[in-house]
Amino acid sequence: MQKNRYELNKNLAQMLKGGVIMDVTTPEQAKIAEAAGACAVMALERIPADIRAAGGVSRMSDPKMIKGIQEAVSIPVMAKCRIGHFVEAQILEAIEIDYIDESEVLSPADDKYHIDKTRFAVPFVCGAKDLGEALRRISEGAAMIRTKGEPGTGDIVQAVRHMRLMQAEIRRIGSMAEDELFDAAKQLQVPYELVQYVHDYKKLPVVNFAAGGVATPADAALMMQLGAEGVFVGSGIFKSGNPEKRANAIVKAVTNFTDAGLLASLSEDLGEAMVGINEQEIKILMAERGK
Amino acid sequence: MRVAVLALQGAFAEHEQMLSRLHVPFIEIRQKRDLAEPFDGLIIPGGESTVQGKLLRELGLYDELKGSILSGLPVFGTCAGLLLLAGKIQNDTRTHFATMDIIAVRNAYGRQLGSFYTEEEFQGIGTVPMSFIRAPYIAGVFGEARALAMVNGHIVAARQDRQLVTSFHPELNDDLSVHQYFINMIV
Repeated sequence: MQKNRYELNKNLAQMLKGGVIMDVTTPEQAKIAEAAGACAVMALERIPADIRAAGGVSRMSDPKMIKGIQEAVSIPVMAKCRIGHFVEAQILEAIEIDYIDESEVLSPADDKYHIDKTRFAVPFVCGAKDLGEALRRISEGAAMIRTKGEPGTGDIVQAVRHMRLMQAEIRRIGSMAEDELFDAAKQLQVPYELVQYVHDYKKLPVVNFAAGGVATPADAALMMQLGAEGVFVGSGIFKSGNPEKRANAIVKAVTNFTDAGLLASLSEDLGEAMVGINEQEIKILMAERGK
Repeated sequence: MRVAVLALQGAFAEHEQMLSRLHVPFIEIRQKRDLAEPFDGLIIPGGESTVQGKLLRELGLYDELKGSILSGLPVFGTCAGLLLLAGKIQNDTRTHFATMDIIAVRNAYGRQLGSFYTEEEFQGIGTVPMSFIRAPYIAGVFGEARALAMVNGHIVAARQDRQLVTSFHPELNDDLSVHQYFINMIV
């Protein structure tokens, strides 16, 4: 991969900032998402809540379904492949997907190695629970990071935990003396250069979104106030009573995430939120997949 | 002098960094009440034009900003910002401010695999670095607009009086010259 291809791929994530990326399973849902103000859509066969309910092995979506969504909308289209499944990634690249999510929501294909993302021309986004995971994914070639959260639960607690931990670690690295960075790199199991970047700029070298469990405008604004640069919403929209209205409200909440008055009016009359499951009730912790 | 940056969605922070490096004060516009602050120029950043166009209308910004642009407020649109200012969009029935005599083509270079970097001549500046991200280009200018830069036979920058557009992203590279050009349009 050429060096400037990686820059261009990081640049696309910069253009998504301040926006909401929505999970969709059909061209119709993709159109609803685009009309509601999604800055990109994630095409997948089943939304995480249904993957969780159905159990079994979940895989990359049917390319025909993804192509249908690509034709339905003009905004960027992302799709998920299994962790370590570089052939699924090759297939997604062949259909010119705009971003590949190497995702813990699907069943991992490799329990040791992630995809060597530097071999691809299309960009990758990966999930992370903490700074070490984020920097390991970036060293493998990820051009964008998102918190893992706990997908398909409608419970924001894990996304909050991951974002707070990541920000706390960034602050810690940022305040270190130069000669302490070598040991920090060793502890985090990541290349020294990436630790140095975090130390110098007090941020990740790529765009960082929140994902997993976002169900309300308030959840989205919470993640933004905690330092997310944008938000993925999965099951929260199309598992709710009024997907269109909720999607619209979440988009506006992300733009004006500090205006409590506006957030109050956006939160009115949204209909039923997704029911959700508490983290204690979950059998599979997807966030534990791929470290 | 103070420049307003439309901060509804997209790469507005990158423009703010460029303004900081040029020592130009700025404000962010996210909703109607932000328009109460006076400003002398407006930057519309890259991002998704569908999202920004929708939020402009629904957050009550559209009429006042369009009026200001028509009465001479200097404005600089990059990528999605170009689409918001374009009088016509060849492959989209919907236009937004439509204050500039240009015909734009959305996603003119295809999907992300078509994104590219190059360096080309910019009239009145010289060679500038140009990053194109799922970019539009300008199929033609009419009326008062004139082209300022071309890449592979397509117009990628244009100016009409105090409106400036680029289909590439000067805010993504270190070079400050296009932002300086815009600041010179204000003073």
